[in-house]
Amino acid sequence: MAVVMDADRVSRSLTRIAHEILERNRGVEDLALVGIRARGVPLAARIAGHLKDLTKFDVPVGTLDITLYRDDLMIHAVGPQPVIRRTEIPFSIDDRVILLVDDVLFTGRTIRAALDALIDFGRPRAIQLVALVDRGHRELPIRADYVGRNIPTSRQQSVQVRLLELDGRDEVEVEE
Amino acid sequence: MTTATALKSRHLLGIEELDAGEIELILETALAMKEVAGRAVKKVPTLRGRTVVNLFFESSTRTRMSFELAEKRLSADTLGMTTVGSSVSKGETLSDTARTIEAMAPDMIVMRHASSGAPHQLARVCKASIINAGDGTHEHPTQALLDAFTIKERKGRLAGLRVAIVGDLLHSRVLRSNLHLLRKMGASIVVCGPATLIPPGLETLGVEVTTHLDDAVTGADVVMMLRVQHERMHGLFLPSVREYFKLFGLTPERMLLAADDAIVMHPGPMNRGVEIDSAVADGRWSVILEQVANGVAVRMAVLYLLAGGEET
Repeated sequence: MAVVMDADRVSRSLTRIAHEILERNRGVEDLALVGIRARGVPLAARIAGHLKDLTKFDVPVGTLDITLYRDDLMIHAVGPQPVIRRTEIPFSIDDRVILLVDDVLFTGRTIRAALDALIDFGRPRAIQLVALVDRGHRELPIRADYVGRNIPTSRQQSVQVRLLELDGRDEVEVEE
Repeated sequence: MTTATALKSRHLLGIEELDAGEIELILETALAMKEVAGRAVKKVPTLRGRTVVNLFFESSTRTRMSFELAEKRLSADTLGMTTVGSSVSKGETLSDTARTIEAMAPDMIVMRHASSGAPHQLARVCKASIINAGDGTHEHPTQALLDAFTIKERKGRLAGLRVAIVGDLLHSRVLRSNLHLLRKMGASIVVCGPATLIPPGLETLGVEVTTHLDDAVTGADVVMMLRVQHERMHGLFLPSVREYFKLFGLTPERMLLAADDAIVMHPGPMNRGVEIDSAVADGRWSVILEQVANGVAVRMAVLYLLAGGEET
């Protein structure tokens, strides 16, 4: 059990990512954030907060549940179906630059599902990926545009991201 | 009450077999499914490669279309059979039809039948999950679920509401499913209909029974009208349609007795001027078309939840 990011480090990473987003996109009017449930949602809200502090502009924030797009859903015939939560994207994604936000980037399969889901909502001008942690071991040709921290791991380890809004504290831990 | 994480059975034969937590799970899943209908592409790949057979041994337009739309929105492969023009009209028994369909290995069968208990018989011989889309005068579980979803959407809750259910109580499977559901969810129920159409023993189910519509409607949060089922009236239950409307037709005047924000529901198809006045059916109380829209979301939820395995 090793804590690889504490609250301070999580906070500084998100501030840096907000600056990188502004640097790369020149203007925020066409941007929108979409957080992947569960922990991408508070992360997207926090990045929106930083962008507001920096530009006084409210970047719209949406929520995506990718359960209906999972590629392993129907493979396991035993066991109950995962619970579906609501997807809420209360703005048109057409011609916007969508910043897709997740906590951990691992195999890339969640992101694949999220890309499929997003494209069912319209035709964004571009989709950029934000991940708090990139732990490697990709199974698909997917990479993040903004990374809080790269953490080398073995496949057997698990990475636990805890966030204030859902878990009472900010912390990233690698567990065996 | 806590929401269940899965359904206990792989079939949905009736509301009677569900507990409150399972009902809550279906309603919450339906809320997520409803969002799909608002998208540019109204389809998700969830049931890709799954086959659903729609077996309708009794005529149905809205339920069949609603199930088909739900299946298509989840990307399932669907095929339908109606009795006209099929081997059933050539005299095949239900068991033989079931075995024939079973040999084609569908994953789910949605079934409507004029005999109570027909889907239960199918569930005993088939490996597929069976969804009851209405069996005789027994149950119509997805109708009760979409009614509950609609009430919850409008009222925010089911517990503590006064629900009046009015009409042909004797032949109504919608009534039976709704009674089970509303009781499990803590609503108080009053039922009303002509004495000839009240099944004996109804009051033992913990509901108020009356033959006066004004009493039933007074103070009601929800008024649920049942269709007068001419096709099941083999006996002489009603003197005339005009008399029925006079005593049991829901009019705007009668709706003034209900709670201020009361809603009116009807499972369809409506007989205007028989059980419901057009001014009510099209009026501010009516949520009848919302029920139709919500039916698709609720059926998507049921299909999705039954496609998983049993709780281990």
